[in-house]
Amino acid sequence: MSNPTDLKYTASHEWARLEGDIATLGITAHAAESLSDLVYIDLPAVGDSITAGEAFGEIESVKAVSDLKSPVTGEVTQVNSGLEDNLSVINSEPFGGGWMIKVKVSGDLPADLLDAAAYDELAAADAH
Amino acid sequence: MASATELRRTPLTALHEDAGARLVDFAGFAMPVQYEGILEEVGRVRTVGGLFDLCHMGRVRILGERREEAAQFLVHPNISKLKFGAIRYSFFCREDGTTMDDVLVYRDTDEVFFCINAGNRDRDIAWMREVVARYDCELQDLSDDLAMIALQGRASVDALAPLCTGEPPEPVRREGATGPAALKYYSFMRGSVCGHEAMISRTGYTGEDGYELYFAADKAPEIWNALLETGKSAGLTPIGLAARDTLRLEAGMALYGHELDDTTNPVEAGLLPKMVKHTHDFSGRAALEAAIAAGPQRRLVGFTTAGKRVPRQGYTLHLPGDDGGAAIGTVCSGSPSPTLDTIIGTGYVRSELAEAGRTLAMDIRGKRQDVTLVEMPFFKRDY
Repeated sequence: MSNPTDLKYTASHEWARLEGDIATLGITAHAAESLSDLVYIDLPAVGDSITAGEAFGEIESVKAVSDLKSPVTGEVTQVNSGLEDNLSVINSEPFGGGWMIKVKVSGDLPADLLDAAAYDELAAADAH
Repeated sequence: MASATELRRTPLTALHEDAGARLVDFAGFAMPVQYEGILEEVGRVRTVGGLFDLCHMGRVRILGERREEAAQFLVHPNISKLKFGAIRYSFFCREDGTTMDDVLVYRDTDEVFFCINAGNRDRDIAWMREVVARYDCELQDLSDDLAMIALQGRASVDALAPLCTGEPPEPVRREGATGPAALKYYSFMRGSVCGHEAMISRTGYTGEDGYELYFAADKAPEIWNALLETGKSAGLTPIGLAARDTLRLEAGMALYGHELDDTTNPVEAGLLPKMVKHTHDFSGRAALEAAIAAGPQRRLVGFTTAGKRVPRQGYTLHLPGDDGGAAIGTVCSGSPSPTLDTIIGTGYVRSELAEAGRTLAMDIRGKRQDVTLVEMPFFKRDY
């Protein structure tokens, strides 16, 4: 699956779709494929503050548990509450129905977010 | 992680790549961790069967007149009392009883054969060489010369039989069957697969019936493909090491580095509840006998949880309601169990708490999850 060019990416495999001051967050197809069989997700609640570079939740597969790291700083405005009971949508539609939260962004975006080309390169180097 | 190009390859690695398996570093080898999905592959083995590449494991034999004396120093069973063709599960223990590895030992008429873990190959073989030299015996490391694959699940007999020649030696033969179907569990025979000399062992690490096959490394692709072909109509497929880990855990089998390691002994793990009467000395004997007599301070337990999260090695176990209190145990392994439709795990807890039915609390990255201790194995096959 190719990485959409309209998104920003983190080196830890999250993506952000920015529309005005709202960012939608999720994990990339590469991350979803590496995690494989997902068993659990823990997401913040609407109104929670999250910080760029810090964990906003946890995602767990049969083999590993990982922090979900936020690409942005802001306040959670919406949570994809259906995910918990349908984790496979993260595997099947990582950039669509597998979105996790929406955030009202405050302040500037971190300078180290990657564009699709830079993330493609990182994901390719990470693949085995 | 080292890139795949630096990792050692097995005679089957190219086939795994062609099949689209995901390869990971396992003890320095590029091994298929999964082909489709872990839980799907577990289900396949439980309902039909699967094929596993185990070429990364160590294969060693001891030759020489005093080979059984040497082998008897390495492991606890009385080798010379075993039937020819018998296999035993055992341990390489240090003098203090701690475990260097868990192994399978095969008694044959002219050799004693060992299957050892990939991650411990080098140190096991160094230690075995040292011991064997004291008995003027020869140790041959066949790990690179012999391939090893496992064929597991109820479809195993029908997949193997058409490709296989050989009859089990009389002491390990089942009545009313022929060929590999006549081989008793935990025994082996010499024969052929696809016309190539092979050692056929009715063993496995999944809790299913099945075989582990040893043959010349260069025959591995031919035999692998032939078994997939004969097993195809039943639905048999290649299975990755991640599914194998869940399968062995469901079956209550120990994994070195988890239930057993450099700090634990087989008595604590419940794998050596009483000592057989010994005519010989072996490494760790005195310490293990003392551990049996005194009773271990901690014991390996199995548990289930009603949550969704997976127990991970190193998570701590606590008394319920004891938030922030000291740990009374530690998790060794965990997995969702697709067969039992629950979450399962193993861990060491203080002996006085190690009773089925007890509720403990597991710390998952700062959050508590109740776990219920249960009898192991979690799963037993019904055929």
